[in-house]
Amino acid sequence: MYRSTVIVCGGTGCTSSGSLKVIETLEKEIGEAGLAEEVKVIKSGCFGLCALGPIMVVYPEGAFYANMTPDHVKEVVQEHLLKGRIVKHLLYDETVAEEEIKSLDQTNFYQKQLRVALRNCGVIDPENINEYIAYDGYQALGKVLTEMTPEQVIKVIKDSGLRGRGGAGFPTGLKWSFAAANQADQKYVACNADEGDPGAFMDRSVLEGDPHVLIEAMAIAGYAIGANQGYVYVRAEYPIAVERLKIAIGQAREMGLLGKDILGSGFDFDMELRLGAGAFVCGEETALMTSIMGKRGEPRPRPPFPAVSGIFQKPTVLNNVETYANVPRIILNGAEWFNSMGTEKSKGTKVFALGGKINNTGLVEVPMGTTLREIIEEIGGGIPNGKKFKAAQTGGPSGGCIPASHLDIEIDYDNLLAIGSMMGSGGMIVMDEDNCMVDIAKFFLEFTVEESCGKCTPCRIGTKRLYEILDRITKGQGTMEDIPKMKELCHFIKENSLCGLGQTAPNPVLSTLQYFEDEYIAHIQEKRCPAGVCKDLLSFEIVPDLCKGCTLCSRKCPVGAISGTVKNPHVIDQDKCIKCGACIESCKFKAIIKK
Amino acid sequence: MKSLAELQALRDQMKAKVGIREDDSDNIRVVVGMATCGIAAGARPVLAAFTEEVAKRNLQNVTVAQTGCIGICQYEPVVEVFEPGKEKVTYVKMTPEKAVRIVSDHLVNGKPVAEFTKSALK
Repeated sequence: MYRSTVIVCGGTGCTSSGSLKVIETLEKEIGEAGLAEEVKVIKSGCFGLCALGPIMVVYPEGAFYANMTPDHVKEVVQEHLLKGRIVKHLLYDETVAEEEIKSLDQTNFYQKQLRVALRNCGVIDPENINEYIAYDGYQALGKVLTEMTPEQVIKVIKDSGLRGRGGAGFPTGLKWSFAAANQADQKYVACNADEGDPGAFMDRSVLEGDPHVLIEAMAIAGYAIGANQGYVYVRAEYPIAVERLKIAIGQAREMGLLGKDILGSGFDFDMELRLGAGAFVCGEETALMTSIMGKRGEPRPRPPFPAVSGIFQKPTVLNNVETYANVPRIILNGAEWFNSMGTEKSKGTKVFALGGKINNTGLVEVPMGTTLREIIEEIGGGIPNGKKFKAAQTGGPSGGCIPASHLDIEIDYDNLLAIGSMMGSGGMIVMDEDNCMVDIAKFFLEFTVEESCGKCTPCRIGTKRLYEILDRITKGQGTMEDIPKMKELCHFIKENSLCGLGQTAPNPVLSTLQYFEDEYIAHIQEKRCPAGVCKDLLSFEIVPDLCKGCTLCSRKCPVGAISGTVKNPHVIDQDKCIKCGACIESCKFKAIIKK
Repeated sequence: MKSLAELQALRDQMKAKVGIREDDSDNIRVVVGMATCGIAAGARPVLAAFTEEVAKRNLQNVTVAQTGCIGICQYEPVVEVFEPGKEKVTYVKMTPEKAVRIVSDHLVNGKPVAEFTKSALK
């Protein structure tokens, strides 16, 4: 029995900020202090507060240490673990209030969160099946196999109101019932873990922090539809997730929770991993299944839907990681528990990956219906450097930008669609006044052009032409006719593309045109980028009255475009200037301006 | 593993092992003074006795924690028990044997052991 447990985040965010080194030091120091028998160290999944990594929590006190370094670890071991004195100056500052240490749940970041899909992330050791079991792991599978019929399982999922968390929001129970109704000698359960939206990482976090939940949920789905084989399609760019999933599958097999005759019920289920090679289009369900079959990952028209003809032309259920992560809890707590959270048509919680111009970058899970303002201003801690909020981009390359006028919108599937964006997988990129909306639209289009598989013409050529128009506008070569032309082209791409990639690719353009048309017009008519981003429309100039002639900028300029003598105002040669901004950063007198 | 009963038995066993990782504000807190004075007087075996005994009896509502010097070094090892809504009880000159008694009498049966408290020493 250990008297104290130290949990260190081993998610990708904290790993890249050095948490492995922290763990190594921690174990060494604990050993040297003779505490190895008393203090247990656990490497967990993501806590969500990636901006403060590496993160370390000491229980039973619940002391939340942020930005840990090996030196800090020594101090915590000597003071906190050995002598029981919490090292206040190393705690996450939000948890320290006037000599009193607040519980983590009371900080702004966690207070409004409700963790269902992420409940075990940052709590258990993902590489140890016993920890998952201690937190009621595999109980839902046991309940399903011993007490429920497949029809009852599907009914509970249907009644819960759970909808697909991958973006489209299709009712999960309905999807399962279609696959269950189709008779076949073989059926499959598959998981879409090919999280490709730039900025979204909730699926990775579940795989890394709680891999067994996926195994349990897929086995439940297999029982519900009559499948005994599962496939997880996970991107190869997630090495930690792949590794932990492999360990988890191995442990589940060893304990008889995967394989033949699970828990003596006569139900067989096993699963395999398939690694994606990094194509965004493979997140589309038909392309994903084609790729699982070993063929080139290209989409095909639907129908037939996967529930009729999926992997190897057999009925298949394909759900996203976050969707599955909700399933065991719904089985254990009941449909009413789940549908008591959220809005009328969107039940439960949703995980968002907060990124961009926001103080608390990381993962947050909130009940559906939480307003955008609550997420950004309260949980996210607002915009850094006192800048003004301009827009939030949700849904990645398929979504749109939500302007400040819609900050009080209650976020759910239908409300987001109504204002021209979408839930998507839950990426949320916050933008301030320094972001150019035309440039943002161009960024996402560049992504879809790159990732279009090329099978259908509207997507392959349409997105390319759309990108070219945007590119012209950002270079000051656009005309006013470009705006209706773009709208028309967007319409055709949406209507005629084969799969979801093309059908949603114009959304970033359409939503920025809807809310920020004035920025497009400024680029076209005034040849001006209001946010000061588009380089071709900018010029850097030195204000002679402010310049002290310190020569710092001319030394910093990488192309030697700045000339002048000491103590005399300098001048920028516009022909040589590459608009890198190095001079602005170096100037101590704010004498250089962007125009 | 061949049955649900087996799985549930394993869960209960593991639950006791993982310890507390949640907000525990409603719990009874047993706080052991673990400053230099406490450690020198033998607080460590006392702390170990509390954690073991609490785990053995699977007392989910008890948190065993440590703290620094309370200021009465001559009475170390000092242990304080905080029950929500009740006055704290301070035990002094603790030993592992006394710890076992406190767990059974005070934590389980709700009767503080008066003879181990500071007032009994006078």
